[in-house]
Amino acid sequence: MRIRRAKGMKSNALIGHGYLPPMIQRLYLVLLLFLSLSGFGQMPIFKRYYIADIPGFGWLAKFFVTHTIHYLSAAVFLSLAGFVLVDFWLLHRDRLTVTVSGYLRGGLLAGILLSGVLLVIRNLPGYRFSPVFIIVLDIVHLGLVLAFFLIALACLVLKKKWTKFL
Amino acid sequence: MSGKLSRRSFLKGSVAAAFSVAASGIPAGAADSRPDQQLATLIDIRKCIGCEGCVEACRAVNAGRFPNPKKQFPTMYPPRVPVEDWSDRQDVTDRLTPYNWLFIHRATVTVDGEETEISIPRRCMHCVNPPCVKLCPWGAARQYENGISQIDSDICLGGSKCRAVCPWKIPQRQTGVGLYLDILPSLAGNGVMYKCDRCYRRVSRGELPACIEACPEGVQTIGPREEIIRRAHELAGEINGYIYGESENGGTNTIYVSPVAFDAVNDALETGKGRPHLETVSDVMAQGNNLVSAMVLAPLAGVAAAAGKYVKQIRRPAGIDADSEG
Repeated sequence: MRIRRAKGMKSNALIGHGYLPPMIQRLYLVLLLFLSLSGFGQMPIFKRYYIADIPGFGWLAKFFVTHTIHYLSAAVFLSLAGFVLVDFWLLHRDRLTVTVSGYLRGGLLAGILLSGVLLVIRNLPGYRFSPVFIIVLDIVHLGLVLAFFLIALACLVLKKKWTKFL
Repeated sequence: MSGKLSRRSFLKGSVAAAFSVAASGIPAGAADSRPDQQLATLIDIRKCIGCEGCVEACRAVNAGRFPNPKKQFPTMYPPRVPVEDWSDRQDVTDRLTPYNWLFIHRATVTVDGEETEISIPRRCMHCVNPPCVKLCPWGAARQYENGISQIDSDICLGGSKCRAVCPWKIPQRQTGVGLYLDILPSLAGNGVMYKCDRCYRRVSRGELPACIEACPEGVQTIGPREEIIRRAHELAGEINGYIYGESENGGTNTIYVSPVAFDAVNDALETGKGRPHLETVSDVMAQGNNLVSAMVLAPLAGVAAAAGKYVKQIRRPAGIDADSEG
């Protein structure tokens, strides 16, 4: 399969080998920002530490607002993940391969999504998890997010990409 | 309401509760907790004489679980973090506190043209889908299969998110106790949140909650939610009364029946911190949960977009791909 390079396409260490359009790359970064802000906003820290006092950040102290934004961002992120995975498999797998750091980041994102999905199910009426499992889920979800950002930062510094040419 | 029938139904339900409590430590997957399996209480406001027998019984049964903070409290940063200390006011009974999980809310209303003082036992509503449990970021709040919601005082860090998301602001904080003291007492956490857990230990043993057992007037009845709802409607029909709690916040396991409309009762109540309102409450979890269908469809939309792109790509005439990389 021959691949058309999108206009303005550049290599991006956070995203991959540059085969994704810049719009997708920016959307990914914006989603990471909103998911992390609204996710950390589930803990009562932004008001305590004056961050919600910064003009434009007041929403971070409103739990149901952060809850809704987290869900909305997660929905768009799932859509993006579905697009990127299938797009890679259909159009790019014959010329690109996923790097070790790509697998690592992808695995962490998959873990975050899976634990997030379980937490969403837990929140539905009529569903109840055992208390120990809920604590494990909360810690795993948060722990994977922290691990992902550490790895992503390391990849950014070391210019490690998600994919490389075969 | 028949006490015999109620007790039998209650004991039936408490067998499930016993299993629930026993199984609570199992890190298993989702367990079904349909509302019709949950235990609910019916509170007939007409019967309450405001003797506070239930309040005293609650305090006596739970006294061993009340906070015992050591002073001085850690200096907390930043300074805006409020110290909430009820340890010197443990005898307060006219509102919810960490030492008073049930109180009698009094109001003067007009019943059949006469001014009457009514007394309403107030405590946690034990929502069918409790936001305090679902949104606790630390998993310190839990819900048992029988519908009882509980805050684990050994795990709670006292961030008070449960109170912020509770439509009635029920949980109450005591600073200077709990797990946060062993982690970063100055920088994170602020004590432990306390509220009624409907005597879950007694219920797991097949006993009645202390407030119900102690009531000399039989104000409260406990049983499977479906049956309690049915009895509430029967009672409301008999007295031409009103129901509160059936649909509030998507449904609760505390159902009040009153001869006076609840908006009139609410107007007559002194409400505020530790004194919850009786307003109509929409389901606070609904907005988020309504987005779940979008989350289910979202990846499919992404897959469809990628498939569409692929089809568009392979249908493109070969000559146009001259500038493609390969």
